[in-house]
Parts: sequence; C-alpha cells; structure tokens
Amino acid sequence: MKHTLLTLTTTVALSAMAASAEEVRVYNWSDYIDEELLAKFEAETGIELIYDVFDSNEVLETKLLAGGSGYDVVVPTGSFMARQIQAGAFQKLDMAQLPNAGNMWDQIEERTALYDPGNAYSINYMWGTTGLGVNTAKVAEALGDDAPIDSLALVFDPANMEKLQACGVYFLDAPDEMIPAALKFLGEDPNSMDPDVVAKAEPVLSAVRPYIKKFHSSEYINALANGDICVAFGWSGDILQARDRAAEAENGVEIAYNAPSEGALMWFDQMAIPVDAPHPEAAHKFLNFIMDAQNMAAASNYVYYANGNKESQQFLEADVIDDPAIYPGPDTIKNLYIKEAYPQKVQRKATRMWTKIKSGT
Amino acid sequence: MRRFSLISIPYLWLLALFLVPFIIVLKISLSDSALAIPPYTPTLDFSEGWAGIKAFWSELDMENFVFLTEDDLYWKAYLSSLNIAIVSTILTLLVGFPIAYAMARAPEEWRPTLLMLIILPFWTSFLIRVYSWMGILSQEGYLNQLLLSLGIISEPLVILNTNTAVYIGIVYTYLPFMILPIYAALEKLDGSLLEAAEDLGCSRTSAFWLVTVPLSKQGIIAGSFLVFIPTLGEFVIPSLLGGSKTLMIGKVLWEEFFSNRDWPVASAVAIILLLILVIPIILFQRNEQKQREAEG
Repeated sequence: MKHTLLTLTTTVALSAMAASAEEVRVYNWSDYIDEELLAKFEAETGIELIYDVFDSNEVLETKLLAGGSGYDVVVPTGSFMARQIQAGAFQKLDMAQLPNAGNMWDQIEERTALYDPGNAYSINYMWGTTGLGVNTAKVAEALGDDAPIDSLALVFDPANMEKLQACGVYFLDAPDEMIPAALKFLGEDPNSMDPDVVAKAEPVLSAVRPYIKKFHSSEYINALANGDICVAFGWSGDILQARDRAAEAENGVEIAYNAPSEGALMWFDQMAIPVDAPHPEAAHKFLNFIMDAQNMAAASNYVYYANGNKESQQFLEADVIDDPAIYPGPDTIKNLYIKEAYPQKVQRKATRMWTKIKSGT
Repeated sequence: MRRFSLISIPYLWLLALFLVPFIIVLKISLSDSALAIPPYTPTLDFSEGWAGIKAFWSELDMENFVFLTEDDLYWKAYLSSLNIAIVSTILTLLVGFPIAYAMARAPEEWRPTLLMLIILPFWTSFLIRVYSWMGILSQEGYLNQLLLSLGIISEPLVILNTNTAVYIGIVYTYLPFMILPIYAALEKLDGSLLEAAEDLGCSRTSAFWLVTVPLSKQGIIAGSFLVFIPTLGEFVIPSLLGGSKTLMIGKVLWEEFFSNRDWPVASAVAIILLLILVIPIILFQRNEQKQREAEG
C-alpha cells in the first residue's frame, strides 16, 4: 500500500512537472529515426521530446479516430492520411512557423498532394517502395542463378514459391500493400477501387499461401538479417536495414532489395499534427527541425529511406543517394504506382479477403 | 441506512465498471460506421434537447448483428474460440490439480513458500513472459536447441505460430488461477476423512476419487471458470504465439476495430461474446453462492 501511494505521488508530481515544462509527443514508425536526432532536438530547443513507436497504420488510425491520442506529431502513410484528413483528424500547418518548408522537393510534393491537396496538413518524412528482399545465396540455391529476384513472379508464381518454401518467405501483413501487388502481377490496375477487380487478387494470393511462413510487418528485418528466411515482400528501407545488420554481424548473409520490374508501389510517410494536439507550437518546431536539410539527411543516412527534402540531398552519403534501391533512377520512377485509400465497403471486402487468405476461413 | 449504503457500494461499483461500459458498447453496436471522430454515427447531441435524443434513437438499428449472421467467419471464430477455451481449461486442470494437491500435502511450514512461488511470476509483466515463450519455442529457440543437442530430434520442431504454442501459452499464463482455488479447497480437507475411508476398506486410489475429488469440487469449478472465461476472448496469446491459421474471436474483433475501422461491427462482435460468457459467469456466481451457503 505504501508502495502504491509512493508511486501515485511520483506520478502526480511528474505530470505536474511535465505540464509546466515544454514538451512534444511524437508517434512514429518503429526503427525509423536516428536517435541522435532526438537528443539534438532537445538540446537545440530545450523542449522535452517524448518518442513513441507503432508498426501499423491501423493502430495509428484507431488512436487518431478515437480522439484525444495525446500526440503532437504522427506519421501516417499517405493513403491512410487522406482518409484521416477527411475525418478531420489533423490541423492545418501554420507555414509561418515552418521556414524550412522551402527545402522540400517539388517532385515529391506533387505526388503527396494527391493525398493532401496543397500539402496543407502534412510534410513528407520518408518515401519508398514496396518490393522484394532476397537472401541472394539462398534464393540462387533454390531457384538457380537466373532466379527472377526483380520480378513479382518470384513470390506470386506458385512454382517458384514451392521451391522457396524450405528457406522461408514472409509477406507484409498489410492487405493495402499486397492486394495491389497481386493485381499488378495480373496486369490489372493496382489502384482499382472496383470490388470485382480487387477480388481478382484472391486466387493469386491463395495459390501461394501454403508456401508463406508468416505475415508480419516488422519481424522480417531481423529474420532476413539472421538468415532465418530467404525472401520478404516488404518495405525498401526495412530490407536495406536488414542488409546492413547482416553486414555488421558478418554472418555471411547477403541481402538485396529490388523494386519489382512490373511496377512497385510508391508510398509516402507524412508528418502531421493531430487536431487535438496538446502542444501544437512545439509540434511545428519539431517539423521545422526535421525539415532542416542536415537533419533530414542524417535521418535518411540512418534508415536508408529516401526523403522528400531536396536540400538534404547534398548531405546524403553516397551509398544512400547513389543507390537505385533508395533513390530510383528516372526509368524506375516511371514504373512506380500510387495507391489511394479504399472506400469503407471495399476496405471491408479487402480485409475479409485477407483474413480468408491467411486463415483459410 | 448504514446497511443500505454498505450494500449499495458493490452495486455502484458494478454499475460504474460493468453496466455503463456495456451500455456504451451496446449503443455503438447499433450505430453505423462513419468517417469522423469518433468513427460512428449517430452520436448523442444533448444540445438539441429532446428532438436530438429522438433523432438519435431512430437511427439505431440491428443491422450489424444481422451482418454477423451473413458471414460464416464469425460463428467459426466463436466456435474455434470455444474449442480452444475448453481444451485449455481441461489441460490447465490436468496440470494444475496435481500441483495444488502436492502443495496441500506438503508440510505446513513449506506451504507459504510454495504459495509464494505460484504467485511469483505475476511480478514480471505478462507480455514479457509471453515474449520469452517465443524465445523458447521458436525454431532456433532454447527448446529445439536442447532437444537437438540431446539427440532426441534431428529436425527442429515447428511449435511457434501453431495452436500448440497457443495452448502452451494459455496453460502457462492461467495456471495460477487454477491452482489457487483448488489448493484452497484441498487445504481445508480434513485428513481424518481419508483415514476413515481407508479404515472402511477403501484403497488409496478410490479414496482419492471418492473423497478428495468430490470435496475439492468447488475449487475445481472455480478454477475452471477463472481459466475458461478470460481464455474465450484471449487476444494477446494467440496473436503472439499463434499462426495466421489460429482463428479466435479476439483476433476477429481486433481486425474489425483496427483494419476495417468498423467500431459498430466490432462492438456487435463484443456483445455476442459477452452473451456467450454470461452463461458461465452466472453458473460461476451460483456455484460461489452455494459454497457460501454451505459454509454459512
């Protein structure tokens, strides 16, 4: 009892303190920032930074739509954010407080305007593609030296998957990413909102389902790096982080990332301020800090994702800016497609289909 | 008056912690999903006065419950959860009873220590304990390493992400809830009854079945309910230890809530789950009451 009382008083004291000192609460994806940047922000501004992480857009969205999430800066993916803007979840950015906004890259802003017209509510943090991470040696062993490691056929052709099953294949547990990829494989419009077209993805995914070891949206980084699996359909930077971790561990595992040659999904993670953010001013300071060219470059150098900040490119390390897996060349960019959010009815069909593919029910 | 206020406290508690949340969930289950904060409609608007309440009332309907009957996913998930809950309860009983029995039979000075050992795992976060099972059961995990090094198996066993792992997790997590009530019942057992049974020609085994088990019945029932009820809606254990094929209503509820953003359907799933649970909860209450009356 005494113990409880003590804890209670400490909590009360802490929250009283927190209310007086300035703070900002950031909710970002896991493994998605160089933590030195967080310390730098605190040192430069004197604002206490409370940093929390998630690994699925769904979790973030539910917190936002429930209201009162308590976060000042959140990082939804574009397609989800478009819907959240409609629901009134964000506040318009005050550009006067964001002098670094001039550093942003018009080519990316053109595309993000599709989700956030006029980029009024958000700034781009990182962007990337969804594609194929392979353990080159193991895949060559299973499929031969001419294995189609840059083709969707690698994971959607059952003949290939049957041979890859033994060394292990992970898929993202994200219907919004996997259904468009399956549609692209069929030559259909990956951004289709037509329920009949979306339904065509099911036989493709079901046919390879028996050979998939797991559906998960973050575990594949370690699994690839440790050599537990040989193929992951995942996010570009995550796979490149796996490549890096394997190289650091010197465990002989070599990982390569390829955006599928048929076309890959291009996605944008956007920083935005919830409408009920408790510290909107500190949130703007954080966004402005992130948009600083050197800070943004430090983040990209660390997480191996491309960013939407033109000025930061001069500070990027050669293995980031020159790697076509991170900053794709003009030919690949033409081939990338963008996915918008499903309307509610189609979303339900997509989720239901996903459950059916995963569980067989 | 004093007596009245004493009685009313637990009922107020029940009202605040059970009835009010239940009514909120019931209300959401009768609403429609919407793109807004919160993501459903209608929301009660008192500023419009009586007309607002009437408009609110007229928009509620049973549509979401009808929807649940149209897709076989839901009843399959309920049945599969029931199945997992029943099997886990039986397994926990099979593991828990001998432990409780041994504890009750142990010398009296040991018992507080043994009791402490049963409660000790609660000092560590439940989540961390489930995560450590992932480390034990995975393909490169401790269990496989041990079995491989002893030469018992030549290929690593696939346990993690299967229903077996879910059962292991549930039995491990809920074991104390089974042991404690059974231990409480067995500890009260009068040893002279067993002696009398043996004097009257009963073998030790039949004395166990004819005397010990019936006298610990209340503990067994209480323990079984304490395991069965939370297991039925379990979410954390199947999502961490189970595979994509493990179908449980807790996971279905999560998907309705998070993936579909359909709070009304998620609430309808929760209401049905509650209705399924009401039967064992009432049985449990009656059992408790009977026991109190027997003692009183």
